Amino acid sequence: MFAPELAPTKEDNVVRYILRRLLVSIPILGIGSFLAYLMVASAGDPLSGLRGRPGTTEADIQNLALELGLDKPILSRYWDWLTSFLSGDWGTSIALGQARADVFDRVTTAFGTTFKLVLGAEVLAVTLGIAVGVLAAVRQYSIFDYLATSTAFVMFSMPVFCVAIVVKTYGIQFNDVLTGLGMRRWLTTAGPPVGGFKGDVLEQFRLYTGTFLLPTIALGAISFAAYSRFQRASMLETLSSDYVRTAHAKGLRPARVIFRHAFRNALIPVTTLAALNIGAVFSGAIITERVFGWNGMGNLLVSAVQQFDPPMLMGWLMITAILVVVFNLVADILYGILDPRIRLG
Amino acid sequence: MANPQITETPAAGAASSSYEFGTGARKQWQTVLRRFMRHRLAMASLVILVLLTLGAVFGGAFWKYDITYTGGSSFASPSAEHPLGTSQIGKDMLALIFQGTQYSLLIALVVAFMATIIGVTLGAVAGFLRGAVDTFVMRLVDLFLIVPQLALVAIAVHAFPASWYTVAIVLGLFSWMQVARINRGQTLSLAEREFIEAAKALGASNSRIIFKHILPNLTGIITVNATLAVATAVLSEAALSFIGLGVKPPDTSLGLIIIENYSQFQDRPWLFYAPFVVIVLISLTINFIGDGLRDAFDPRQTKVRA
Repeated sequence: MFAPELAPTKEDNVVRYILRRLLVSIPILGIGSFLAYLMVASAGDPLSGLRGRPGTTEADIQNLALELGLDKPILSRYWDWLTSFLSGDWGTSIALGQARADVFDRVTTAFGTTFKLVLGAEVLAVTLGIAVGVLAAVRQYSIFDYLATSTAFVMFSMPVFCVAIVVKTYGIQFNDVLTGLGMRRWLTTAGPPVGGFKGDVLEQFRLYTGTFLLPTIALGAISFAAYSRFQRASMLETLSSDYVRTAHAKGLRPARVIFRHAFRNALIPVTTLAALNIGAVFSGAIITERVFGWNGMGNLLVSAVQQFDPPMLMGWLMITAILVVVFNLVADILYGILDPRIRLG
Repeated sequence: MANPQITETPAAGAASSSYEFGTGARKQWQTVLRRFMRHRLAMASLVILVLLTLGAVFGGAFWKYDITYTGGSSFASPSAEHPLGTSQIGKDMLALIFQGTQYSLLIALVVAFMATIIGVTLGAVAGFLRGAVDTFVMRLVDLFLIVPQLALVAIAVHAFPASWYTVAIVLGLFSWMQVARINRGQTLSLAEREFIEAAKALGASNSRIIFKHILPNLTGIITVNATLAVATAVLSEAALSFIGLGVKPPDTSLGLIIIENYSQFQDRPWLFYAPFVVIVLISLTINFIGDGLRDAFDPRQTKVRA
């Protein structure tokens, strides 16, 4: 993601490298936050919700405008926002209805929910993607390969929400089968249980798996297709390289050549891709959550846009941007660990 | 199709008659076209896509109902009168799908066009000029990729009245990054080649080199990526409309039709499956066409599909 002059040099050790990369991320986040602020400030009227509410006096509107600093020029508004953001005060939501929420609390809670889903789906997609990709490459042009290829193509072409809707419906039918057999419902299709996960270890396990299984499958399915294709391509390339032919010629067992020699090198691109892909998976999570009725980043985004809530939108954008920056860094570090040619320190 | 290699009739045109045996070199597009037509999956996809598009356009024009019709009963089952049933407020589902397909395709084309124009220009300029311009463009790409596209578009679109073209234009403004990266990489390697050096030595201006020498060599990846961008755009638009922040009535799209009807999935699955199948067909056929084009443009013409 970053310029070549930032590539690790021999004198670098890992810590210095990470620090340097973090330092470069700061201006990107800074400029990004400024552009985001401009965009949010010009994309809607935060006072419209209040105006439309019966019983609002002109003074109420004036107060909110004053609180949001709408009387000040945009640059000083941005500066005020930035300084309080950095000191940990992310502002207060202006959404009406209940007590006005603290943006930091709302955003971090929602982020926690969504991040668990994203992480689960990524782990599932990467593991399955690598396994299927390697097998398809080793058995190139076999029935399995064609099956994997066509599945991947269909998955690419599926909107995330359609996968989620189909998965959800089959989950409901599966539950009906369970209740028909006199058992309790297992899969939850309407978000995490109210009041959190309670009960003994077994009960908690049941609740956790029931809650996460369907959304994770729905979200993981799409990235899985991409990863399996990528892994297949990179495995094919490695398998046809000279050193693999040498390994075969030396008389090594095929399994050893495939797993010790080819597989480990073929892992590099996919690992990096998976870390860089986090933003796209996050987009997918927004939609999956909407289908399964989770109260995560997806619902937060939709309600913040509909009620036009600038402090909440800024908090949303910033926490997502930080996540993406961190995962870009993870991608680079993983790359360094996996590829000794650019190993650090 | 006649094989142009052995045509010696005057009808073959002036180009071949200037050669003794009529073995005139094929132009690039002729080669590409021939290879593409041999790609069976891609050709079948093209036929399906064209039929789908024509169906949506002419079907919408000639079908007895249009989307303003609300005279059907609520949630009628499929019948001869309403082949795909009716929606909650009694709209004819087939008419809705015709209209939604048109809008979805239109939006996708606008998005892909914008993404291609912006991405190719920025990518080629950055790759050719390098230095500060390159750094600037690539940092811009980083900035645009730092937050999920879906969220940026959802917020930006709020600034405008919700019609199909504002959604399309905003989506287009946030979709060019990948195209720019690919074209920059390709330009970087092209700029090292002798013919560019020769053009520079002859005193060609930068804009002439970019437009006359670099861009023609990027035709292949531009075409392939523009095709794939259409498929991506269909899905992005559907996702945006699905979370309720994209196209809004009276305009419609396949994503909007799905969100309006997916609660009926269990009782009336056809209301969900009809738009769903259309979306998947559009995006799947375009992906196959893109794949066929990639093979056709590949001078090595390897049979291995990555």
